[in-house]
Amino acid sequence: MSVATRRSPAANTLAYGFIIIWLIMAAFPFLWTLWGSFKVEGDFFSKADWANSIFGTLTVVETGSSFTGDGYYGAWVQEEFWRAALNTTIVCVCVVTISLTCGTLGGYALSRSTYRYAFWFLICALMFRAMPPITLVSGYLLPFFEWNLWGHLSTTIIVLVAINQPFTLWMLHAFFKNIPKDLDESAMVDGCTRFQAFRHVIIPVMWPGVITTGLFSFLLAYNDFAVTSMLLSKDNQTMVPKLASFLGTTQTKGNVMFAVSAVVSVTAPLFVMIIFFQRQIVSGLTAGAVKG
Amino acid sequence: MKHASFFWFVLPSSLMMLLFIAFPIVSVVTQSLYQAHEQVIIEVENCGPFGCTTETAVDTQATAALREAEPLGQWAGLNIYKDRNHLAVDEVTAAWVNADGLPDFGRALMNLPFYKAMAFTLTYTAVVTPLTIILGFIIAIAVNAVARSLRGPTIFFSLLPMIVTPLVGALILFWMVDARGILGTALQWLADDPSLSVKASTPLMWIMLMVYGVWSSAPFAFIVYYAGLQTVNTDTLEAAMIDGASRWQRIRYVVIPHLVPLTTFIALIQLMDNFRVFEPIVSFSAQAHATSLSYAIFNDLGGETRLLSSAAATSVLTIIGVAILLSPVLVRTWREFGSPR
Repeated sequence: MSVATRRSPAANTLAYGFIIIWLIMAAFPFLWTLWGSFKVEGDFFSKADWANSIFGTLTVVETGSSFTGDGYYGAWVQEEFWRAALNTTIVCVCVVTISLTCGTLGGYALSRSTYRYAFWFLICALMFRAMPPITLVSGYLLPFFEWNLWGHLSTTIIVLVAINQPFTLWMLHAFFKNIPKDLDESAMVDGCTRFQAFRHVIIPVMWPGVITTGLFSFLLAYNDFAVTSMLLSKDNQTMVPKLASFLGTTQTKGNVMFAVSAVVSVTAPLFVMIIFFQRQIVSGLTAGAVKG
Repeated sequence: MKHASFFWFVLPSSLMMLLFIAFPIVSVVTQSLYQAHEQVIIEVENCGPFGCTTETAVDTQATAALREAEPLGQWAGLNIYKDRNHLAVDEVTAAWVNADGLPDFGRALMNLPFYKAMAFTLTYTAVVTPLTIILGFIIAIAVNAVARSLRGPTIFFSLLPMIVTPLVGALILFWMVDARGILGTALQWLADDPSLSVKASTPLMWIMLMVYGVWSSAPFAFIVYYAGLQTVNTDTLEAAMIDGASRWQRIRYVVIPHLVPLTTFIALIQLMDNFRVFEPIVSFSAQAHATSLSYAIFNDLGGETRLLSSAAATSVLTIIGVAILLSPVLVRTWREFGSPR
């Protein structure tokens, strides 16, 4: 640590205190919900005493032990949440693969073109990025009904890929800018075509950027609610719209716990993802900004 | 890069964006100029022993056939934009004439769905964006000050609120502030009011939605600022210190100027994202207290009768809003890069 960053004890305490408060704010809601998902509704929403949700007083009375998997059983087996999880997997894998394939080609071209239209292409993509997806969805519905495209997973996949495209292009464009031009240009001097240079020289070195972009494509597809809830029929629902449908139906049945356990189930894969890919996520977030 | 190879390389992505982003915008604009067919009414004459009566009835078959033949509906011009659910021209004029004073006019506007949604969307964007930037900046400065071993875990947990599905993140907070949840109970205890409920109060609901907004996007600002702080020139910092700059002055005159370009970037992304605020309203079931433009479209599209034209008109208005929001950025880029060199 250099001299310039040494701090007074007071400033230090302040910094530590602030970090601790922020960590509680960021992490506590998730831990609380995870813990509560193994309780019964009477404990999770405790009218009598908030401490019930920690000790599970009513859970013991109703099920005999202080933890219960009833919420998970209800959601995954009874309400067939596994089907939604399967659909989510299909959608995410396809969206990530297709959008990376198109995105690498486009992003590479945009990073190598010196003409003005490449710049305006990116500005166009930025404007498309700003469109709220739900406004586009209202444009899809009528044509999709007319051409019988509505409700299928494949339609949703293509739509999600298209909505992700502007973002993917921007990010990959930034990554390809960092790969020296000389690399592919010298290959072209040696007689490669542009595509061969891309295939044999750029593809082997592009993976770090592609993996990072892939993570964000995955997140966009996984977290989407506007498109999936509007374009998928009931049997094809992915996890997030399915979860939203629990809110409508389960409130009446008194099974809010289905929704709580579904929430935990949706969060778990993301949690695992951060554990493995924290570095890539951070570098992806800053890629656009720092290199701007 | 040659024009031809550029064309082939960008073809797949531009085709997709053309088909599924540019074309839907055209489709939305078209749809907003049409309205659904009215039901076909026929008159049926029933003749019985006591004379004949004429009854009017809905001819479902003819209605279905007509809707089948012209799915767009009938030409409506700008009528949908002017009706009560959108710009509400007549109602606004009436309110303007009848209102005594601006506050009264404002109250009248808030009863109109479009203006209500607009008010919330704009307030949300205007409040959440700066707060996100400030909170993110403070966290970044604090993280930069603590021991290195603590930074990894802090980043790990900070990423959670941002990365988690917005619908899910909002639900988690909503369950906690429920009157029977832990935060709800804490609020009741703090306010000393056992009947306090976030669900029932409009101001509390607005505050809660904005708290969610800041909570979920502050990590983004934090990460970007934190990365920026790693590249602050230490020589400049040391020089400032030797010249007698206090800690605050060093932040003010060295660190902050270094972070200004990042702030523009964060503000741009945040403006775009906050303007489309939508999922938290679904999660909080806040529609009675706060609706946003995106939520209004969602509401029209969902349900038994899909109000496609109404949704389309709101969409067009939203797109115009986005365009106005982005116009400063566009004008700036135009000035910097657009003029021929």
